[in-house]
Amino acid sequence: MKEHEIRHLIGQVKDGAMSRRSFMRKMLAVGIAAPIASQMLVWHDVAMAQSTRVYKPTKAGGGGPLKILYWQAVTLLNPHFATGTKDQDGSRVFYEPLAGWDNEGNLTPILAAEVPTRANGGLAADGLSVTWKLKPNVKWHDGKPFTADDVVFNWEYAKDPATAAVTSGSYNTITVEKVDNLTVKVVFKQPTPFWADAFVGVVGMIIPKHVFEPFIGAKSREAPANLKPVGTGPYKLVDFKPGDIVIGERNPDYHVANQPHFDTIEIKGGGDAVSAARAVLQTGEFDYAWNMQVEDEVLKRMETGGRGKVLSVPSGNIEFIILNTTDPWTEIEGERSHAKSKHPTLSDPKVREAINLLIDRDSVQKFIYGRGGTATANFVNAPAQYRSPNMKYEFNIDKANKILDDAGYKRGSDGIREKDGKKLKYVFQTSINAPRQKTQAIIKQACQRAGIDIEIKSVTATVFFSSDFANPDTYTKLYVDMEMYTTTMTQPDPERFLNQFVSWEVATKENKWQGRNVSRYVSAESDEAYRAAQKELDPVKRAALFIKMNDIYCGANVILPVLARTRVAVAGNTLTPNYSGWDSDTWQIGTWYREA
Amino acid sequence: MGPYLIRRLLIALPSLLGISLILFTVLALAPGDPFEELATNPNIPPEVRANLRAKFGIDDPVLVRYVRWLAAMAQGDWGFSFASRINVDTLILQRVPTTLFIVGSSQILALAIALPIGIYAATRPYSIFDQIANTLAFVGFSLPTFFTGLLFILVFSVTLDWLPFVYRSDLAATGWRWYWEMFRQSIMPIMVLALFQAASYTRYVRSAVLDVVRLDYVTTARAKGLGEKTVTLRHVTRNALIPVVTLVALQMPAVFGGAIVTEQIFRVPGIGSLLISAILANDTPVIMAVTFVFSCLVVLFNLIADLLYGWLDPRISYN
Repeated sequence: MKEHEIRHLIGQVKDGAMSRRSFMRKMLAVGIAAPIASQMLVWHDVAMAQSTRVYKPTKAGGGGPLKILYWQAVTLLNPHFATGTKDQDGSRVFYEPLAGWDNEGNLTPILAAEVPTRANGGLAADGLSVTWKLKPNVKWHDGKPFTADDVVFNWEYAKDPATAAVTSGSYNTITVEKVDNLTVKVVFKQPTPFWADAFVGVVGMIIPKHVFEPFIGAKSREAPANLKPVGTGPYKLVDFKPGDIVIGERNPDYHVANQPHFDTIEIKGGGDAVSAARAVLQTGEFDYAWNMQVEDEVLKRMETGGRGKVLSVPSGNIEFIILNTTDPWTEIEGERSHAKSKHPTLSDPKVREAINLLIDRDSVQKFIYGRGGTATANFVNAPAQYRSPNMKYEFNIDKANKILDDAGYKRGSDGIREKDGKKLKYVFQTSINAPRQKTQAIIKQACQRAGIDIEIKSVTATVFFSSDFANPDTYTKLYVDMEMYTTTMTQPDPERFLNQFVSWEVATKENKWQGRNVSRYVSAESDEAYRAAQKELDPVKRAALFIKMNDIYCGANVILPVLARTRVAVAGNTLTPNYSGWDSDTWQIGTWYREA
Repeated sequence: MGPYLIRRLLIALPSLLGISLILFTVLALAPGDPFEELATNPNIPPEVRANLRAKFGIDDPVLVRYVRWLAAMAQGDWGFSFASRINVDTLILQRVPTTLFIVGSSQILALAIALPIGIYAATRPYSIFDQIANTLAFVGFSLPTFFTGLLFILVFSVTLDWLPFVYRSDLAATGWRWYWEMFRQSIMPIMVLALFQAASYTRYVRSAVLDVVRLDYVTTARAKGLGEKTVTLRHVTRNALIPVVTLVALQMPAVFGGAIVTEQIFRVPGIGSLLISAILANDTPVIMAVTFVFSCLVVLFNLIADLLYGWLDPRISYN
């Protein structure tokens, strides 16, 4: 889809000739994720959709206890220290950001009075600042009012390197000014198209100035409130045992009318995903369990008990395979897979094309992941039900055989193809995880039928995903021909996500393999598109640039997307939870309710 | 006795030092990073992680870190957890009551089962009762706790729906209801541990009693006309219990150490589950503290067991 076509569509939405929803659907069809599509409309002064979710309870409280089970326990309750989703989700019960992302990728105001747009004066035309209006009459759990000072304080707190905040990356390049008691202005160093980072979503939770002020910087660890949060959220802390349980009670002064529905909340942690599913679906001891990394078949069997249901929402995470175009078996300047080296056979686009045809994505989805993922040919993915016509995937062994025959790869006596003495023999690596090993087996079998020999290698997840640069088996080293893993798109902005497709991020010995471009494939065109997108304020042009990057890498068959992952959770039959693939599971815990 | 105690304590010091050095080095050499989750998150620049590592001193050489840890430990500072950023001693102390309750009661229950069965079986060797007890004991300690645990859950929670299988340290009930709920949620983990432990104790008690029951003084006691009950309880059991008491003393560190597998299955927030989650999160200070406390307890209870020998059997001298 070309730029002017998108503009035309936006025009139609503005005039009311096309519904917002069908615009989003059209965008998704060309691989533009919902949040970006939604931002395009905002840029053109079409207001973001208000969440259509119905909240039935007519008064706050009276819902009894809400029991949530996490198979990883919450270890801390300071959002600026939260390393994993468990801690972010736990903190989100008590703390809130200015705005969060709903299921469709709409920015939803929480502590902000409204989402900044160009129409309401929130967004500067030059992209250098954004002004947030805060919701009035919001009170902290200790009764003190929530003001602009608190917001400014969070910026000071997070950006101070001595605080050792995990969120510092979102705050150390901006400046935040207080305009008046209920207005703050975020100023960027350069025009920033994606402004909804600081104070938004998982990195945006606001902690109170009057409680944390004495503990900024080196003393951050000593703050008693790290264990006893004082937030603005729908629940107040009753008790917290790190690594075990979080208990909260209803906040009677919550700033949203009729919320929350439940009188108490409990997040119990520990154990494993399968038994967590069992506690919700089979015994009904708990109302909700998160992140069900359980084979769909197992969940289906438990679901037959009729006590609960399996839910899934789309996310930006993608399970994909990298075909290494550099040589992983020769050491150059002290590293293998050196960016300048060339793989003897995988550098041939024909071979890569053939391998892409040998991945039976539909079977992987159907027999292994079930509701946990959707087969896809795109790296940047839209919600599952819409597939991109730009990139297509196909499973066709005959076609793969023909391509290899035509390219001159002849079968040897052992049935393995070779050309000029170079055999199509590859080592295929991933982390140890039952669905991944099954996927490996499916691909190995298909490759065998096309005369490609695959040796399967699996590495413990703790080693595979570690940053230990002495270990040859980490995923960023890529000391193999092929590897498979999931990369997470935690925030609905593909800018940081797509830095995996630029030349200056190539993982090398020099940057201790911390570069995000693990495939090492470089394309001047992609670099150019990325640089342009970083400066491009017009969301339409920007999206077109990101789509171009996606198509360059997927089209070259260097990145072979397999499945767009969904976030799967289980809930008791009567519970109506509200969780989003673009934000925390507990991002709107106040709107959860139980039907009688 | 006094000089012996001092000598043993002096020997304990270098061995604890050695243990701590080995533990520390092994942990430092193990792969993994406490901030691993940040590495795979595209929204967090690598500098943030590098900064955190530098701030927490993870990048320093192993020896420097060890000396720093030892110096802090000598002053009673156990360090803080990378995962929750609170002091390790606070974290451990929170877990002690639950562990003592669950593992302690399972030990008491195990003894309550093993003692009468073992003694009764030994006084009637090769009777039907003995055969059955023996068979059950074999079955009991051949079944690992993760198996019996899951079996209990499937039978009592999933199929029969009688008992909860998630242990909660904060029960929302008060008064009698609290006791009832506590009983309901602890019965399964306690039983799983107790049955396993009882099985091995039973065999120990039986063989210890069997050794004593054939001795001449027992025949003498019977010849004096004492009742069978008095002979068994006062003359046989008392002497037979010496090895059993030692065994139980050596089990004590395990009571503090918790039961990793069972705690994980039933989500009991004890020391064992703290250790396993710390290991999974590469939270070195917590792993170090828990394992080190555990080795101290092993050394201590070994000493206590040795002292108990002398008290139980005056023939052993400490010179």
